[in-house]
Amino acid sequence: MEKVEKDHAALAEEFIKDEERVDWHDGALWWIRQKRDMAAKNIPEWEALREAASQIKNNVLSNLHDYLLEFEANVTKNGIKVHWAADAEEHNAIVYSILKEKGIEQMVKSKSMLTEECHLNEYLIERGIDVINSDLGEYIQQLDNEPPSHIVLPCIHKRKEEIGEIFHEHLGTEKGVSDPTTLTRFARRHLRNVFVTRRAALTGVNFAVAETGEYVVCTNEGNADMGAHLSEVQIASMGIEKIIPQKKHLGIFLRLLARSATGQPITIYSSHFKKPRKGQEMHLILVDMGRSRQLGRPDFRDSLKCIRCGSCMNTCPVYRKSGGLSYHNTVAGPIGAILAPNLDMRKHADLPFASTLCGSCSNVCPVKINIHEQLYKWRQVIVQEGYAANTKVLGIKAMAWTLSSPTSYSTIGKAGRWVLNNIPFAVNNKFNPWYRQRDMPDSPKESFGEWYAKHGKDEVK
Amino acid sequence: MADVLKNQPSASPLPDMSAFKGGNQDVVATYCEVFTGIGGKAFRVKSFAEIKHRIAEQFDTAQRIITSLPELSDSFERLSIDIDPHTFDDVDVAVIEAELAVAENGAVWLPEQRMGQRIVPYICQHLAVVIPAERIVPTLHEAYAKIGAGDYGFAAFIGGPSKTADIEQALVLGAHGPISMSVFVLGQGTTPNSVASY
Repeated sequence: MEKVEKDHAALAEEFIKDEERVDWHDGALWWIRQKRDMAAKNIPEWEALREAASQIKNNVLSNLHDYLLEFEANVTKNGIKVHWAADAEEHNAIVYSILKEKGIEQMVKSKSMLTEECHLNEYLIERGIDVINSDLGEYIQQLDNEPPSHIVLPCIHKRKEEIGEIFHEHLGTEKGVSDPTTLTRFARRHLRNVFVTRRAALTGVNFAVAETGEYVVCTNEGNADMGAHLSEVQIASMGIEKIIPQKKHLGIFLRLLARSATGQPITIYSSHFKKPRKGQEMHLILVDMGRSRQLGRPDFRDSLKCIRCGSCMNTCPVYRKSGGLSYHNTVAGPIGAILAPNLDMRKHADLPFASTLCGSCSNVCPVKINIHEQLYKWRQVIVQEGYAANTKVLGIKAMAWTLSSPTSYSTIGKAGRWVLNNIPFAVNNKFNPWYRQRDMPDSPKESFGEWYAKHGKDEVK
Repeated sequence: MADVLKNQPSASPLPDMSAFKGGNQDVVATYCEVFTGIGGKAFRVKSFAEIKHRIAEQFDTAQRIITSLPELSDSFERLSIDIDPHTFDDVDVAVIEAELAVAENGAVWLPEQRMGQRIVPYICQHLAVVIPAERIVPTLHEAYAKIGAGDYGFAAFIGGPSKTADIEQALVLGAHGPISMSVFVLGQGTTPNSVASY
């Protein structure tokens, strides 16, 4: 199979060249995982909350059609204009037409993974509309012309000195300034000016309540609100899976979301938008973009329960050591690896293999998605559909032959041990992709089978 | 939508949520402890006079201080609900009253009527919120039960000063919103008359 772009392994290889950075990245994310654990342990009914959240999301998926209609009717009744978009192109065209009608050429946007997926910024910039990402991490990534590497912590892979350099280059801060408070204050002043001058603001959506037609946006920085409440046109973009049935269900999800994400008891801001303010126009865009197709895959539909907390990334040994950008997909990590093949199986065929299948992701998931099982199932689908890389297919075939009979298993085992003990350079070389960032194990002199044949009868009585 | 209907799985029931509720703890003490833990400042006060005193003590009264509370409008600028929200850009302190507060997470519930204008609790440099002690509930479950459908166009839980840790996970208070948040827990028996008035 021909690959034009670099796959996860190749991109990860670039990331891990800097060992000190990898260790720091690994540690930073693990610390967030530990904060999540402490927050979860403070809630005695934590597991019951996860179970309830999972059941609510199961109910949503089983009745999504009616909930969407109920939501649309209530949103419309509240005075917000509803739009439907089947894909990225339709979504982007809707945003553009809303702005164009008002003659608006500048927009401020808070964090929305969906609009990243849709490449909205590029689309609008091509048409002469200036877009600024207002979440600090996303703003830094935008200045550096890179996508976010983490859905909650967009520039977690960057060192403060690199961010200082970006600020120096693009915003004119003094060279060498890298203190996080100084940089944040500078961005605050700069973006304050953006907020007060933009006529249009776009936000994402965390939860959309079918029962009341309101939607909830969660941030820590207050950037979504600064944009929205100063705008004359407010736009919200959401995937159709963001629906929850009733308002009281927010109690469950808001107790879980921030604790799972960062270990905070709740995000600083949980904003409930229901109606436009006087003189303001509000639009809500409901986007499918592959969600309805994923809903039709029984093995994978549970991935649509995701509330985008990022806890599966923080805990994942592969994510922590390979960095979010190596997943070459808007949503990285374990959840990204089960969402991406639905969007483009060929392009993302490598992602379900970027996992040890240790199951830690499923254990921390606040809505109990069986992430590691879905990774395993995607591998099977991808090999069956012929999208797996050749080396993987050959390896799997060789393994199948090895395990097919006791004779071939013991012959290969013997040969492997002989190679490692006598000519280790035959595998410890740069032609073996496995060896590149790893040491081959020391090999025992004999297998358990051989040992047992010699000693078993005497010693096991 | 036809695809959604065709592809959605068979019916799955909603869970029973009746078991989710807070314990019998001292909600005021828990609230103050949690709110302090997330970087806020909590004060237990007995009267509006004390609140005025605390504000004068903490902030520079020569700066613009606005309030939506009639009890405080003799000391601070009464905020207008009709003017252009951009005009609040130079506000140093905004003093508003919350409808509820949640002990478990430190957040206060602010429907827009309590904010005066939607932008107020976000655009000010320092946010001060008054919450009568008897309106503190244990968890979000009790909060949503009290809120019900709610007669608002916009409302928010706000739990602390605006914050970011986007640069190397270093916590910085004051990302885009307020740099500090103070909550005045007003002792029982001193409920302001504004409770019933909106």
